[in-house]
Amino acid sequence: MTVPPPIAMLAELTHRCPLSCPYCSNPLEMVRQETELDTDTWTRVFREAAELGVLQLHLSGGEPASRRDLTDLVKAAREAGLYTNLITSGIGLTERRLAELDAAGLDHVQLSLQGTNPEMADEIGGYKGGYKRKMQVAEWIGQIGFPLTLNAVLHRRNLHQLPRALEMAEEMGARRIEVATVQFHGWALKNRDALMPTREQAREATRIVTEARKRLKGRLVIDYVPADYHEDYPKRCMGGWGTSGLNVIPDGTVLPCHAAESIPHLSFERVQNRSLSEIWYESAAFNAYRGTEWMAEPCQSCERKTIDFGGCRCQAMAIVGDAAATDPVCIKSPHHGALQAQADAHAAQEGASLVYRVAPGKTAEPAE
Amino acid sequence: MLASDIPALPRGVRLHRDRVRGTWVLLAPERAVTLDQIGHAILSEVDGHRSFGEITQALADRYSAPVEQIRDDSASFLTALRNRRFLDVTP
Repeated sequence: MTVPPPIAMLAELTHRCPLSCPYCSNPLEMVRQETELDTDTWTRVFREAAELGVLQLHLSGGEPASRRDLTDLVKAAREAGLYTNLITSGIGLTERRLAELDAAGLDHVQLSLQGTNPEMADEIGGYKGGYKRKMQVAEWIGQIGFPLTLNAVLHRRNLHQLPRALEMAEEMGARRIEVATVQFHGWALKNRDALMPTREQAREATRIVTEARKRLKGRLVIDYVPADYHEDYPKRCMGGWGTSGLNVIPDGTVLPCHAAESIPHLSFERVQNRSLSEIWYESAAFNAYRGTEWMAEPCQSCERKTIDFGGCRCQAMAIVGDAAATDPVCIKSPHHGALQAQADAHAAQEGASLVYRVAPGKTAEPAE
Repeated sequence: MLASDIPALPRGVRLHRDRVRGTWVLLAPERAVTLDQIGHAILSEVDGHRSFGEITQALADRYSAPVEQIRDDSASFLTALRNRRFLDVTP
């Protein structure tokens, strides 16, 4: 296949984060602060990304505001010609810092929402007072005029708050909301008992989103990530492996997707040793599941193989133990029935408690 | 879209010359829309001041095309952008 240049790059600037969300999709082993890329290296990587064809840069983490040089990084990315999107919980952003980010040319802010009231949000984020600060940050974002996307992460405990989340997006003047049902990768796998939505909740969320899309057409755009385990067809993960996006983690390792390190036989290269272009086009990891040739049955003869590319490789790895298998979400997978039963069993664990994210080096560099 | 409507690209939505792919794209929050020549021609006229009627007349003159056709093509293109919140329209 002819490999197209990537459109988007996720730059995970740091794994540090003031929140401890149980659904954190970062790996169990996180990158420590001492091994994070410095400002100059990120600046070079942004230039290489733009030259490679990347248009959209997502600045994420961890909490990207935990990086003291965030404003310099935004400036460097804009100078490289990238569209800059900050993915944040809001914690660590002050009014002054937002004004600096505005001056640096930040294009867009995506603000996460752990719940629609302080009780829910602070419990899920494991950070007291977080909701209040987030609401203050949302107000400053509105005053500056940054385009805003609200990212509501939903699961069994807070799915009933979806209608309120939609209202909040409108009240904040957001143009877009991501209604993201929790995907279980990394740390989140520990919390399937506590967070798995019930089948009824998943259906109700789809109904609410369908209705809201009609009602809010032209006012609020809704991107919807349904409850994966309850679906019959898998997600079109990353738009196909090594096709549209790449991910640089805090220590400079380049991944085809956020969770790719969970596939044990793949090895990944770093921006310190090879150009982004060589990694994208030539590295074994990026070529491992590109296109459709790697597929076995039932994917290989499936009419949907270029629609969903067999789903998520990391999910196949995590659940079936084979990264080249059909995503078990798929109704054609021999593991589909078992996964559905497993999802229902997780969802029935009513008393399950949250296992909060544990992170190294959390207090090493307090944000402003 | 009415002739008197004034379209404008909101903050965070901008035209960008994609040198790697040799095309124009519209960059928006977490999206990049590849533009064909017609799309680029229409958006190049959108300045936040001139009305839809003025824009379509200017395009018809420039490309010696029937204004009705330009109007219909532009209206459906701009309405699709508006529905995705990539375009503001002031009556």
